[in-house]
Amino acid sequence: MSDQPLLAIEGLRVSYHIRSGLVPALDGADLTVHRGEVVALVGESGSGKSTVAHAIVGLLPANGQVEGGTIRLAGQQLTGLSERRLRGIRGVKVGLVPQDPTVSLNPVKRVGEQVAEVLRLHGLADRRKAALDAVDLLDAAGLPQPATRARQYPHELSGGMRQRALIAIAIAGRPKLIVADEPTSSLDVTVQRVILDHLESLTRQLGTALLLVTHDLAVAADRAGRIAVMSRGRIVEAGPAAELLSHPSTAYTRRLLASAPSLALRRGTATAAPRREPASAGERPLVSVSGLVKEFPLPRVGAGPHSVRAVDSVDLSIDRGQTLALVGESGSGKSTTGRLILRLTTPTAGTIVFNGAEVTHAKGAALRTLRRRAQMIYQNPYASLDPRFSVAEIITEPLRAFRDGDRASRRHRARELLDRVALPASTLHRRPAELSGGQRQRVAIARTLALSPDLVVCDEPVSALDVSVQAQVLELLAQLQADSDVAYLFISHDLAVVQQIAHRVAVMRAGRVVEVGTTADIFQRATHPYTRDLLAAIPGGRALPLAVERNPA
Amino acid sequence: MRRYLLRRLGQAVAVLWAAYTATFLILDALPGDPVSAMAGAGLDQAPVDPTQLAALKKEYGFDKPLILQYVEYLGRAVRGDFGNSVATGRPVTATIAEALPQTLALTAAAAVLAVLFGTGLAVLATYPRHRFLRQLLMSLPGLGVSLPTFWIGLMLVQLLSFRVHLFPAFGNDGLRGLVLPAVTLAVPTGAQLAQVLAKSLSTTLDEPYIQTARAKGAGPLRVHIGHALRNAGLPALTMLGLVVGNLLAGSVVVESVFSRNGIGRATVGAVTVQDIPVVQGVVVLGATAFILANLVVDLIYPLLDPRIVVATDRRTPA
Repeated sequence: MSDQPLLAIEGLRVSYHIRSGLVPALDGADLTVHRGEVVALVGESGSGKSTVAHAIVGLLPANGQVEGGTIRLAGQQLTGLSERRLRGIRGVKVGLVPQDPTVSLNPVKRVGEQVAEVLRLHGLADRRKAALDAVDLLDAAGLPQPATRARQYPHELSGGMRQRALIAIAIAGRPKLIVADEPTSSLDVTVQRVILDHLESLTRQLGTALLLVTHDLAVAADRAGRIAVMSRGRIVEAGPAAELLSHPSTAYTRRLLASAPSLALRRGTATAAPRREPASAGERPLVSVSGLVKEFPLPRVGAGPHSVRAVDSVDLSIDRGQTLALVGESGSGKSTTGRLILRLTTPTAGTIVFNGAEVTHAKGAALRTLRRRAQMIYQNPYASLDPRFSVAEIITEPLRAFRDGDRASRRHRARELLDRVALPASTLHRRPAELSGGQRQRVAIARTLALSPDLVVCDEPVSALDVSVQAQVLELLAQLQADSDVAYLFISHDLAVVQQIAHRVAVMRAGRVVEVGTTADIFQRATHPYTRDLLAAIPGGRALPLAVERNPA
Repeated sequence: MRRYLLRRLGQAVAVLWAAYTATFLILDALPGDPVSAMAGAGLDQAPVDPTQLAALKKEYGFDKPLILQYVEYLGRAVRGDFGNSVATGRPVTATIAEALPQTLALTAAAAVLAVLFGTGLAVLATYPRHRFLRQLLMSLPGLGVSLPTFWIGLMLVQLLSFRVHLFPAFGNDGLRGLVLPAVTLAVPTGAQLAQVLAKSLSTTLDEPYIQTARAKGAGPLRVHIGHALRNAGLPALTMLGLVVGNLLAGSVVVESVFSRNGIGRATVGAVTVQDIPVVQGVVVLGATAFILANLVVDLIYPLLDPRIVVATDRRTPA
């Protein structure tokens, strides 16, 4: 390691121009990355970590502006460089691995062409050689059948494969630094692990330094030699990973560490939410589902199958006041199962019994009763609230739909519900745009509770939220369950979150439930290899081996 | 693919039938009747011999009940016979065939100009880094759409024919005569395309894959033309299928302003004297043009965006 750092950021200040004036995003951020080093930049949304990443490659949004400080790459000052000079740096001196692989490749260009473009732009190869090199790069990024993939379009590749293609793009110009902006947060945990493993060995092999921007402390703990923690536009703490994790020196880092579910799980200190004891054995389950099948028709192309089984002979039951978690990777059929139970879509086969009555093909009044008794919370609180409604209108909409009470009583109920989800009454007249992600999800929960349902299907209710907010929302859900005896079907890809809230866990894969058990059984005595895979993929394993792995029961 | 084309053919037949029937009913509901118009009764108020009028009506079949007239006309139309013009006595198909090449040349030239002009303006209006310049250029399409076609035509004639004798002011002579009418017709159409494309371009430029391209070191022109334009093209292409109707409608005005022969002028003439067979023929022609244009557009989609597959039923999961 030479004494001059590869990347040196000093006192960086960046602001965004918005309608109401200037909003500071970075307020004197300092960061160094040495050659060949992996540094994790950790922070919650709005902390400025992505702004740092974008500032390094000179790609701040149009309304962003560097107000002060310096960014030096291998001794060369980047701040204040002309756009033309910056173009000579992007791709060859700094590579970028973007956040969401599903939208970060040009949908109308072949994958190989997009990799080759880097080489062509910087005159590193002619057309013919660039095309060949692109295949080698895709191979190096760990994409199977790289020659075939190079001729395909992005939509023909899975999310993980697309991220590999983006990694190939980032390494194509042999940069000394790769900035990876949340490279795996939109991927499944098992895919995340493989991709990060590969990125790590690749950068080591090439001697490239990696700046890993992430919201996930556990990922940072696994991957980085050094960790820098950001909050409100500043680096609040930076140091060797092991040291920072075991002896955090600031309160902010301590709080972040405490609320990271996967780290808590691995420490065996997961703050178990208040849980009611399982119902007495004789009691009838609230929901029981048997042999549930859902097939979707496929577009007719050639001789392929005419339909796909999203849900395949699923049996489940949920007791009153209990939480059943449905875990699995994207495409495993867990959301479809949730929608089937709510009868938002009709099953191809099987039966659904709700509250003692069969609702598999319920229509009219029976279906309306089900709608009243069973509600849903969606993943994305930014998309599931009508932006033109006020909070009061949002919360009372179910009441209006069921002609429940008069204006005054509904208003009173809205106030009461807001109080239950711990939002001030002044929120009533605001619109979703004025609220934070966590506040919005609270509003969504209040809406769900308006009709006092027996069952709430929570579809990834916290995965769009920051870890500290996640913890609060999970606590709220558990508290509400303890108060009102509502049952949850908790759909999640995140086992660490599930461990905090579920009584029982069902693991889904390719439409089937491969294992069901109590939360303790699944986490300590998982029998199915797939469940074990999922558990092993929970990040944080290198820093803190899973409690289960340390002392197998 | 064959299934797809067959289905589209079925749709086309349904559309043509509906257009034919609707025109038939509307024309019947108009006051007056074509035979009286033909006999000149409506024009100079000279009394026409009622027996003569009845004979004429009988000859053209106007004395029969409406439904029988309809069935008879439709039956002949299916066989490609739209009857004879009430005004001139010549077959409708011949009248149209004679006027068609002029209008085809005009609308084709206008369509090409509109695409070039629309794309150029959209790219230009989204390219500059200066906000003010972008907004100024962005306001041009709106202006182009709001200018009346006849006014553009008259201005062009005034400037380029009367002041600087560059192009003929009217008539059908060759390419030089085509320039002004085609430009006139292209301005509002191109402006509409520009509006849609510019909007789509500025949205596309905010897509994450544009950032990926820039992070590779691609310059602004390459990003704009090489990455954004093709992605942004789909809405404009849809628009293009729809503006074919505008071009045909616009040809009515443009051909009148520039005194060109063509379908537009033939239509105006036929409507004025209630020449039902000719109007029917023109409507069927217009519907056919519309159907063809949209079929071509639908076949171009997959070339522009590999995610679109044409030959399959696009059924979305329930």
